[in-house]
Amino acid sequence: MERFVRLRGLAAPLLRPNIDTDVIIPSREITSPAREGYGDKLFASWRYLEPDRRPDPSFVLNRAPFDRAQILIAGENFGCGSSREMAVWAIRQFGFRCVIAPSFGAIFRANCYRNGVLPVALPQTTVEALAHAAESGVLELEVDLEACEVRAPDGRTYRFDAPGPEREMMLAGLDEIGLTLARSDAIAAFQARDRERRPWIWSAGGGVI
Amino acid sequence: MSGRTIIGKIWDEHLVADLGGGQALLHVDRVFLHERTGPQALAALAAAGRRPANPSLVFGVVDHIVDTEPGRTERTRAKGGGEFIRSFRALARAAGLRLFDLDDPRQGIVHVISPELGIALPGCTLVCPDSHTCTVGGIGALAWGIGSTECEHALATQTLVRPRPRTMFVEFRGRLAPGVTAKDMILALIGRYGAAGGANHAIEFGGETVRALPVEARLTLCNMAVEFGAWTGLVAPDEVTIEWIAGRPFAPRGAAWDAAVAHWRALASDADAQWDARLALDCDALAPQVTWGTSPAHAVAIDAPVPEPAARAGFARALEYMDVAPGAPLLGLPIEAAFIGSCTNSRLSDLRAAARLLRGRRVASGVKALVVPGSSAVKRAAEAEGLDRVFREAGFEWRESGCSLCFYSGGDSFGAARRVVTSTNRNFEGRQGPGVRSHLASPLTVAASAIAGRIADPRPLLAA
Repeated sequence: MERFVRLRGLAAPLLRPNIDTDVIIPSREITSPAREGYGDKLFASWRYLEPDRRPDPSFVLNRAPFDRAQILIAGENFGCGSSREMAVWAIRQFGFRCVIAPSFGAIFRANCYRNGVLPVALPQTTVEALAHAAESGVLELEVDLEACEVRAPDGRTYRFDAPGPEREMMLAGLDEIGLTLARSDAIAAFQARDRERRPWIWSAGGGVI
Repeated sequence: MSGRTIIGKIWDEHLVADLGGGQALLHVDRVFLHERTGPQALAALAAAGRRPANPSLVFGVVDHIVDTEPGRTERTRAKGGGEFIRSFRALARAAGLRLFDLDDPRQGIVHVISPELGIALPGCTLVCPDSHTCTVGGIGALAWGIGSTECEHALATQTLVRPRPRTMFVEFRGRLAPGVTAKDMILALIGRYGAAGGANHAIEFGGETVRALPVEARLTLCNMAVEFGAWTGLVAPDEVTIEWIAGRPFAPRGAAWDAAVAHWRALASDADAQWDARLALDCDALAPQVTWGTSPAHAVAIDAPVPEPAARAGFARALEYMDVAPGAPLLGLPIEAAFIGSCTNSRLSDLRAAARLLRGRRVASGVKALVVPGSSAVKRAAEAEGLDRVFREAGFEWRESGCSLCFYSGGDSFGAARRVVTSTNRNFEGRQGPGVRSHLASPLTVAASAIAGRIADPRPLLAA
């Protein structure tokens, strides 16, 4: 897991509600099972003009300095919809390390932590104020996962919540699977009990699954 | 001590370890994979030198980007699709997993086949790297969608780390009028409370309306829990569920069946169960629903006008994308395509309902109409009843099973059609193709609209 402790970066505003993972990475852009190659495909439907796939100059991430932003400020329910992890891969590979929004799709949020992108939920009015400030193109925010704080240049500080295990994993860059495998004995003991308690889970159609 | 919810009961039964801070290590009874998001999980697992902990609890199927043209072959029209299918096969075989491949009579949309085959069971935990895994809640399973990296964790350890969810009870009251379905119930709920109305919650759908639903309709209801922002949704198993599962190929038999049934009968929320949230929806006067915009929350009664934008964020853009005007009626809006299929509405009962309207009628000229059975078994059963003939004679394309045009993956398309009435679950911008405007509705409403060539209310046709 990619570490995240503290980040100071430029913020880009994209204040629309319910930005779904189909918009973040359209299915037609997913053309290989590889985990790489998604940065140029982020928001493809909004970013490019068809038929010749020219960058649309009116789309915020096509304009300097937002093309090098590391923090995305978005509307509520960001990342709702499909579970496709390519949505987070696209966001990370574009260069973002943090998304600030009033709320997130649950699967997207879980995917973020596992790919070095910190999802920060702040109240709607705060997000709106930050997005408006970001339109200037000079809003640099400091996002501190250790302190669970976002610090703005005007000195304001905004607290956010991060779930314990995910926060610790991101802070230390730990391998979640390795941590769970260290509990193999507990899992084996659970399964041994479960075979007695719920044999139908472990057998099917008269045979053993 | 206060009573427990069915969600709490299933949770506690799967608790491997309490990790503190409200986090749990939870046992995963079933893992399903498909060719779109499965290869990434399997490849990462193999690259880390790991193997599935319990390969016999893992099942794979190809459904997302396989061809659905009649008489299909290995060809896939999705860009790069062949690589997904081939790598999925190779990785699943190397990992020793059971795979329902293209030529397998058990092939179908993952969330249609997992209960259909009796692999998903009441009270079990089931995950799949696919957001509509919550569908399987319809039989009383605790089932939820995950990403490919969490799936790698589930494969390697047969567990997942999860925060204990907040719980919500949604009570549907009253009786559905003819022509109104489970799809209309869930669209109305999301329309009323918003696309994040169930956020951070596990939901039990209950009440007399739900109890009266057959199992396939309960699967439809739970399918769109994710569109409500919920972690997942379920319907408590009852005698209807138990009868539906009995005899399915992977369902337990003999003494194991008897023990399972006794266990499932006890899987209900206690009368004094404590819920973190409660919502209710009256269904007596519920009309068929249709969406006007680009979020499932943009659902209204079919005879209602497009709402005025007011101050709702995102309305203006949705109105523009959908090319609809505030205050204008949705009824009568000309359509160019109609789609019946997807994990929401592609089961035999869905096809029967649509066929009932289509018998002896014709799709309006210029409307591209297709029906895609949810599984190869559904297709065979429908053909045995002659439903394929009804659809074909009405002017529908009769397809092979798969996810098909629920989403556009760069190949198969609605052609030049822009406005589509669809039995699927997502009306997002571009979901069914660049510029395609999707109106979500029940299979009945899709069939009625296909006949009229416009968004149409199915109720007059049912009365005729």
